[in-house]
Amino acid sequence: MYRWLMQIRLKQKIGWPDLVVVVLIAGTLYAVLDLGKGMVEPFSVQAASTISLDPKYLPYYAGRSLLRMFIAYLLSLAFTLAYGRFAAYHKTAEKVMIPALDILQSVPVLGFLSITVTGFLALFPHTMLGAEFASIFAIFTSQAWNMTFSFYHSLTVLPNDLKEAAKINRLRTWAQFSKLEVPFSMIGLVWNSMMSFGGAWFFLAASESITVLHNHIQLPGIGSYMAEAIAQGNIPAQMYGILTMVIVIVAVDQLAWRPLVAWSQKFKLDQNDEKDAPTSWFLQLLRRSEWVQQAFGALANAIVAMFPMRTKPLPQVAAANDLKRRKQVWRWIWILIWALVMLFALRYLWAAFNDIAKLGLMQILFAVKMGFYTFLRVSVATVLGALWTVPIGVAIGLNARLSRIAQPLVQVFSSFPFNLFFGLIAMIYTAFHINFNWGAIPLMMLGTQWYILFNVIAGAMAIPSSLKEASLILRLTLVQRWKTLILPAIFPYLVTGLITASGGAWNASIVAEIINWKQKTLTANGLGSYIATATTNGNWAEISLGIAVMSIFVILINRLLWRPMYRLAENKFHLE
Amino acid sequence: MVNLIEVRNVSKDFDGANGHHFRVLSDIQLTVQEGEIVALLGPSGSGKSTLLRIIAGLVSPTNGEVYYRDRLFSGANPGVSMVFQSFALFPWLTVLENVELGLRYAPLTRAAKRDKAIEVIDMIGLDGFEGAYPKELSGGMRQRVGLGRALVMAPDILLMDEPFSALDVLTAENLKRDLLELWQMGKIPTKAMVLVTHGIEEAVYMADRAIVLSRDPARVSHNLSIPLAHWRDRKSEPFTRLVDELYSIMTQQKEVRAILQEPAQATRKITTIPNVTAGAVTGFIELIDDLGGKVDLYKIGETLLLDLEDLLPIVETARIFGFGTVTSGDFELTGIGKRLADATVLERKTIVRDQALKCVPLMERILWVLESKRNGQMPREFFLEILQNSLGKDEAEEQLDSIISWGRYTELFAYDEDSKLIYSEEAETRETRAE
Repeated sequence: MYRWLMQIRLKQKIGWPDLVVVVLIAGTLYAVLDLGKGMVEPFSVQAASTISLDPKYLPYYAGRSLLRMFIAYLLSLAFTLAYGRFAAYHKTAEKVMIPALDILQSVPVLGFLSITVTGFLALFPHTMLGAEFASIFAIFTSQAWNMTFSFYHSLTVLPNDLKEAAKINRLRTWAQFSKLEVPFSMIGLVWNSMMSFGGAWFFLAASESITVLHNHIQLPGIGSYMAEAIAQGNIPAQMYGILTMVIVIVAVDQLAWRPLVAWSQKFKLDQNDEKDAPTSWFLQLLRRSEWVQQAFGALANAIVAMFPMRTKPLPQVAAANDLKRRKQVWRWIWILIWALVMLFALRYLWAAFNDIAKLGLMQILFAVKMGFYTFLRVSVATVLGALWTVPIGVAIGLNARLSRIAQPLVQVFSSFPFNLFFGLIAMIYTAFHINFNWGAIPLMMLGTQWYILFNVIAGAMAIPSSLKEASLILRLTLVQRWKTLILPAIFPYLVTGLITASGGAWNASIVAEIINWKQKTLTANGLGSYIATATTNGNWAEISLGIAVMSIFVILINRLLWRPMYRLAENKFHLE
Repeated sequence: MVNLIEVRNVSKDFDGANGHHFRVLSDIQLTVQEGEIVALLGPSGSGKSTLLRIIAGLVSPTNGEVYYRDRLFSGANPGVSMVFQSFALFPWLTVLENVELGLRYAPLTRAAKRDKAIEVIDMIGLDGFEGAYPKELSGGMRQRVGLGRALVMAPDILLMDEPFSALDVLTAENLKRDLLELWQMGKIPTKAMVLVTHGIEEAVYMADRAIVLSRDPARVSHNLSIPLAHWRDRKSEPFTRLVDELYSIMTQQKEVRAILQEPAQATRKITTIPNVTAGAVTGFIELIDDLGGKVDLYKIGETLLLDLEDLLPIVETARIFGFGTVTSGDFELTGIGKRLADATVLERKTIVRDQALKCVPLMERILWVLESKRNGQMPREFFLEILQNSLGKDEAEEQLDSIISWGRYTELFAYDEDSKLIYSEEAETRETRAE
């Protein structure tokens, strides 16, 4: 019977895990409270620009940054669930919403920062809230899209038998959402959340400290701390900042994402294969603590109690005519909404078009030329990244023990915002008089190559041991082995890594092609520096042009290069 | 007697390519009465499961209506619950939670729901497993959970879509007996059961009535009463006689189809080949030859441990190629069939090739198209579109794959997966010679 649950409840003891968890939770709660107060401080340029380089403020700055990240993440999650579900269930809307997502994903987020900052500042004129929102929004835009894709995709591949079972058990919308849709999407959602969150540190660091209209805005946070340290050329402060960042990333990874990933395994549909399931020491600790279990149970009960189950009898046969009429009305409402949205979009598109047209053909051609420079730089960065990561990644991936250690490490690397290093590198460049047109390439690689490495390791790990054994039995030479086994097997993973890396490199160009070091500015010719300069000068037309050109470049590359590659990978090199 | 379910003139069309519809169910009439177990039988792809889903209200019919207790309904049928072939358990919910799902909107307190769920779990023999997740259970236990989830709703009619086919023989037997016991002893409020199955013996063992569907499109071809008292003895003469009768009905579907099909609805201009490899067919022919050239299909199915579902396509293919004939449940080799059995590997190819050209018009047509082209090749889509005029999209793909596989075996034509081209090997060599 149900006795075993009761028995567990009976043998309660306070253990040391309970203490740790209580301290953690209470501390976190207070931190959120305290940090939240700072957000509504009145805005003045003076208050905004004082960032102290004293390391004792670093925990506070890190906390503020972290708070921003989590708020943005929760917003992304809410957006994901709403947008993904809507797109999956409304056939007409789907046709617009999914391509829109695809394009949003390709657009350089950082280019928009200046627009959003001024917009939000205007909304909240006398507080820092505007800048806060702008930063949160930048982080949001870097996270939301691929989480939404993941959720939408899960909904479209919901197994038919489970859908039918839900229908035959007469689950209504909410029950279907909470018992079927979210659990089924959970693994992908958690995984994508982790990756997006990791990627977002880069945008956090870039969005906390920006210059719009020669007005320098610095939000208290670790990104601003680093920017200030770089501007002052304070090397120890930069070291402190980097160290803090590493600690924060590792802590979030260990205390939030690892436990979530391990927990999400229970939503696996495939009911076998438990061998390589991810584990988390923190989750173990939580699960062993009686107090936490009880607290979670009480919380869950409280939430359930808040939503009394509707016991309203199921609707009987509805008149078909009535249903039809209601459907008609909704159809018209939707058409109206879409028409309004379209009108709105068109109006602003027209304005942007006018702005750009005023710049003249020469300026447009110039921007396109800059685009080609950046394109070359991104290509070189991606190829160079692949060149070193493929052999190393394969070596790691083929060694089971090594890959178990290396994979989480690489993942942490990939989430580290490498723009924090730019100051130190700029110093080296100026010391050795390195041409920054080339020098910007390593800066891009610094952030993006980890994605390739990460995927290559995963690909090499996925090679079935039977194929590895076969290649040994057949006495393939090293070259043959690479040609017939390794390269084809890792190809799909490599393509995924390259897509992420090149997308990341385009975004990075906005911060990597122009660096301020003490009073000097290093600039590389390219679309990134073009947009960044336009932002500083507050030249809206040039910003629009820059973003438009970059978006077109990225979309064209995606359509003409990456998508066919991806299809090839899926069709031909997919290992079952 | 009360008509629990009445299916009136139900047809179902699915969308094919280029705006073509193809019909899976045509003009189905059937009733389910209180106190009976009805088995739905038919060849694979005949639309048994679609019919069951129409009864459940999961799929809406193109034409016709389904009545529950003489009333129409919209959405899921208010009087039914369903057991799935794949169990369809929510893997992230425990046994108890899965069962409780069926009670979600019942007008009961939370505690009452839990009690009721536990009661059902005890009844289906999962006492002690309330807190387990489905992945911790064996297949048979999983299907018990599926059954429990359906029974907890106290449905009038229990629909079952091949509920035992994902289980091994012994587990399935065990579950069938338990279900029949619950039914016989009146321990469940269920008033009727509808069972989709491809096991003839299973149908005769469980059901009071067997409804046999024909194919393309499915119609009710036979409505056979099984007037045996439970528990039934599988070795008894009436039992085996009924099994034999159903076997011969099922293996003569071809003739049934020919009789039933009105010319206006005969959209199927092509003979389709079941998706069976050449190896399976030649192996089957060899076996029949060893057994003396003539066998009872029911017996051979039993010795080979093959379901009718798996055996029929092979028999059908052998028949299409002219290697054998089927009469009242028996399969007999023809002269060509005997020759094939005795031939060497290379001779076999020649025999199959000759028969393919003679008996499968589609093969001949493809070859003709390829030969008439100068370069002897044609994209896959070309043939796919032709097939889609008379078959559904998925079925057309499957059929083309099957044809390509036979084309490759007989070396009549070849196929390149990368370029998706079907080409004649002869024409290719001709061309290279010309250059």
